[in-house]
Amino acid sequence: MKKLSARRRHPLAAVVVLLLALACTGGLYAVFAPADKAQAEESAQSLTIEEGKKLYTVGCASCHGTGGQGTSDGPSLVGVGAASVDFQVSTGRMPAATSQGAQVPSKKNIYSQAEIDQLAAFIASLGAGPSVPTEEQYGPEGADIAKGGELFRNNCAQCHNFTGKGGALTHGKYAPTLEDVDPKHIYEAMQTGPQNMPSFPDTTLSEQNKKDIIAYLHAVNSDETVNPGGLELGGLGPVTEGLFAWIFGLGAMIAVAVWVAARTAKAKKS
Amino acid sequence: MSTTETTESRSRGKAPAGERVADWADGRLGIYSLAKANMRKIFPDHWSFMLGEVALYSFLIIILTGVYLTLFFHPSMNEVEYHGSYVPLQGQLMSEAFSSTLHISFDVRGGLLIRQIHHWAALIFLAAMFVHMMRVFFTGAFRKPREVNWLFGFLLFVLGMFTGFTGYSLPDDLLSGTGVRFMEGAVLSVPIVGTYLSFFLFGGEFPGTDFVARFYSIHILLLPGIMLGLVVAHLILVFYHKHTQFAGPGKTNKNVVGMPLLPVYMAKAGGFFFLVFGVIAALSAIAQINPIWAMGPYRPDMVSTGAQPDWYMGFSEGLIRFMPGWEVNFWGHTLVLGVFIPLMIFPLVLVAIAVYPFIEAWITGDKREHHILDRPRNAPTRTAFGVAWMSLYLLLLVGGGNDLWATHFHLSINAVTWFVRIGFFVLPVLAFIITKRICLGLQRRDKDKVLHGRESGIIKRLPHGEFIEIHEPLSQDALHTLTAHEQYKPLEIGPTVDENGVERKVKGSEKLRAKLSKAYFDEDGQIPKPTVEEYKEITSGHGHH
Amino acid sequence: MSSQDIPEENLPAEQDATVAVADEKHPFADPGLPPHEHRIQDIDERAAKRSERTVALLFTASMLATVGFIASFVTIPHDKSIFVFPIGHLNALNFALGLTLGGALFCIGAGAVHWARTLMSDVEVADERHPIEASPEVKAKVMADFKQGAKESALGRRKLIRNTMFGALALFPLSGVVLLRDLGPLPGTKLRHTLWSKGKLLVNMNTNEPLRPSDVAVGSLTFAKPEGLEEHDHEFQTEIAKAALMIVRLQPADIKDKRELEWSHEGIVAYSKICTHVGCPISLYEQQTHHALCPCHQSTFDLADGARVIFGPAGHALPQLRIGVNDEGYLEALGDFEEPVGPAFWERG
Repeated sequence: MKKLSARRRHPLAAVVVLLLALACTGGLYAVFAPADKAQAEESAQSLTIEEGKKLYTVGCASCHGTGGQGTSDGPSLVGVGAASVDFQVSTGRMPAATSQGAQVPSKKNIYSQAEIDQLAAFIASLGAGPSVPTEEQYGPEGADIAKGGELFRNNCAQCHNFTGKGGALTHGKYAPTLEDVDPKHIYEAMQTGPQNMPSFPDTTLSEQNKKDIIAYLHAVNSDETVNPGGLELGGLGPVTEGLFAWIFGLGAMIAVAVWVAARTAKAKKS
Repeated sequence: MSTTETTESRSRGKAPAGERVADWADGRLGIYSLAKANMRKIFPDHWSFMLGEVALYSFLIIILTGVYLTLFFHPSMNEVEYHGSYVPLQGQLMSEAFSSTLHISFDVRGGLLIRQIHHWAALIFLAAMFVHMMRVFFTGAFRKPREVNWLFGFLLFVLGMFTGFTGYSLPDDLLSGTGVRFMEGAVLSVPIVGTYLSFFLFGGEFPGTDFVARFYSIHILLLPGIMLGLVVAHLILVFYHKHTQFAGPGKTNKNVVGMPLLPVYMAKAGGFFFLVFGVIAALSAIAQINPIWAMGPYRPDMVSTGAQPDWYMGFSEGLIRFMPGWEVNFWGHTLVLGVFIPLMIFPLVLVAIAVYPFIEAWITGDKREHHILDRPRNAPTRTAFGVAWMSLYLLLLVGGGNDLWATHFHLSINAVTWFVRIGFFVLPVLAFIITKRICLGLQRRDKDKVLHGRESGIIKRLPHGEFIEIHEPLSQDALHTLTAHEQYKPLEIGPTVDENGVERKVKGSEKLRAKLSKAYFDEDGQIPKPTVEEYKEITSGHGHH
Repeated sequence: MSSQDIPEENLPAEQDATVAVADEKHPFADPGLPPHEHRIQDIDERAAKRSERTVALLFTASMLATVGFIASFVTIPHDKSIFVFPIGHLNALNFALGLTLGGALFCIGAGAVHWARTLMSDVEVADERHPIEASPEVKAKVMADFKQGAKESALGRRKLIRNTMFGALALFPLSGVVLLRDLGPLPGTKLRHTLWSKGKLLVNMNTNEPLRPSDVAVGSLTFAKPEGLEEHDHEFQTEIAKAALMIVRLQPADIKDKRELEWSHEGIVAYSKICTHVGCPISLYEQQTHHALCPCHQSTFDLADGARVIFGPAGHALPQLRIGVNDEGYLEALGDFEEPVGPAFWERG
């Protein structure tokens, strides 16, 4: 699974870069292009929204209402923004199973990135909200890892643990592990505050702060993280260390003690 | 100079070098008389008798590695900016204690290894003491003449807990700082003097700038000094009492059967030290412990989920987590029962197991020396009490990690907490009843074995068609071993009216004792072991299987 | 309560060690130590030689491991990390040093134990035990000596000496207790006050900028410190331990507690971040339920209802800080907390 998602990251990143490039050229073009071209852009945009609406009606409307106004089964989506849609759908949390437990878990995503973008465009058209972050925003360039660590311990560790291994909330809810979570999704989660997670908008946790946090997480909780002392034991602190000491430490001691105290094999009686 | 002296000195002068050194020492220290009693001291062989050695050796390892760590550790809370090898903390403000611990972990070659050996050895030290204590408990090795040594051992366990706690707090990292904050809250809850104690302990308000230095002297000097003394006393008493042994052929209450200290136990026990050290060193190469760099420096306004103490303090964490938040306000004062009650139950849990030997001695009224160990099944009530105590201890450990239980088994943390709340009262009772039943069942099986022999697994068809399993009679060794345990009779208070019709006053404590004695030793408390008559009746019967 | 009154017959009979042979009358008698059986090494010199070689091999392996330890120490850079399956990325030096040291020690131990088990005599020996209690003669002598000593000291007779000595011995430890006085200052009212006071701005912990109401969105979580408190300050740790603030914004309609609403600003409420149980920074805020959970001991507070305790061991609600907005549009405190923050204590009231 880890390998899969790691590989999937690359084409995804390529798509984002491509989109960026397209947007840039598009933007440049729009400045110089005749007005009718701009109109074509607009209609392309409305086409995307139209497509998104179709997807929405099939997959989301039963809970969130036909116009995204929300029902008793799901909150209003007016003003949640494209970032929220991208996070919820790409991590597989939405659409949710009809009978979920205390909290909607992440699962396999069933939409393509293009479909997610269409959905996001539709929801964004319902009311202004945070847009999907660009790689420039969550990428590692210019990030201060140490500052990120301090911010993480102040804002995130209380729920997600020192190095983002996750933790318990009330009544069966939980803060999920942050291992192998796409930096984009971490950024979006901070921005939008999915489910019971509070949001950390740019006004209180700046873009640079978010970048720092993501860089710190990559340093302490990724495939490349070095645990100098050896086995990480889940990174959960003294509980797993204690279990390990009892089972393997004391277990080895007892095994050795049994050998030391055991009687040596006797010569067979003839 | 007299003639005798010269001949003696000449004869000694001719002796080999080793002997001459020994002579020199004997003339000043009297080592020959000491060695006479101890050199060929007998130790019985049993793996469970080596658990105490695991504890002893890990204690020595802790002292050795601890001395090394003091060479590099700075017990100071001065704030410094970090500029060492560990990138994710570059430029962060932290105490010197924390930064010197990072220095040991990242910039002193082998420093991380010694730190990890020190910490793993500490966890194993406490675990080994715990298991050793349980071995002594369940085999009744605490009985006369070893009650004092039981108390020494118990004190070592308790002091070990606090030495561990103070050591865990020294690096001043975010996890241990949270633990110290918990301690401060607990101290504050003490009625009347709580705030004063807290201010004296921390040199003012929490966290202040003193506690690391203060914990340091407690951790490296005060507590280990007392423990070293107790360990020596503990070992002297083990030598003096001679080791206990399990019942078996040739083993009586008046002897001890095993191998001599020189050479077998010198090699086995000495070798075992290296084995224990080797295992812990390998463990420290493979498994990381207490990665303080991942936790970051302590800040009283920061925290991580999953904040737990090391395992030996886990049961106190369980106590504090399941307690409801009771608080009483009166006349301008606050009684913080939600914290103070767990703080009081904490020593009670420990004392309950510590005083048990004295309670049992009072119930049996037995004043003889005991050197033959009980099999746990042959003391059902004691075993049941021990298991009930352990179940409580274990439940509190679970309660101390309730958040991890919740996340890893997909439970509600509130449900886990409620389970511990109810289990605290129910589980020990259940464990007691079940354990006693199992012990009685095992006793019955032993009795059957003695009377009817061992089930051989061979099925035989009798002439009239009935199938029976052949029972083989036990060897004399087994017969003796299974019937060697002693059984008490329940204590009777006797008639409350004497022969002259005068009422005799029976004290309440005496009644209680009779009641307890009955619970321990009547038919519901133990299965009477086979008597000679029963055995003869069955074995003399013809054709009996 | 002595146990002298336990009748002898309640105690089990001492084992009869004199009967060594099982007979009609004593079917369970102790058959005595089983005869010694020889090990292979005792009768086969080749097996003994093999054992000797094994022991020597183990000791040699230990020497090699020590050489390996020194070689690793000298050659491996202290910051080199390697990937070891299945453990993961780890520090190469720690791994090498630990394994070689462990190997060196383990081999010494294993060699010694193997030697003891296979080549040293394994004949079991019985050692007599002697009662620990002294004989009556010894006891009588000790008691007599003690009485003699006590008499010669005249302690019992010269009561004045005895009483004053006890008095002196009982009093002098007080000096030690008095010496502990300067361990710390007296509490005074320090636990009742924090750095907050009227007009102090709420400074965002993350950006170190004062907060405006528009910065704080509904459903967001922000931590704040009082204006003027900087991380480099000498008293920072002690002050932040009391002054740390948790700021959330609720829909004013969701606020159930009247006072909470009054002390809030446009739905923005400021609560102490320090748990009232034992002082952990409580900040597991669930924005949908408005509950804040303490990660240490799971006390749960309802931030929409005066932060009252709804689960767990905390005894009272989180203290709320009364806030408003100053002329420049920044959030400011309208005074200190009205009750002590953090864990409860005797004088709290």
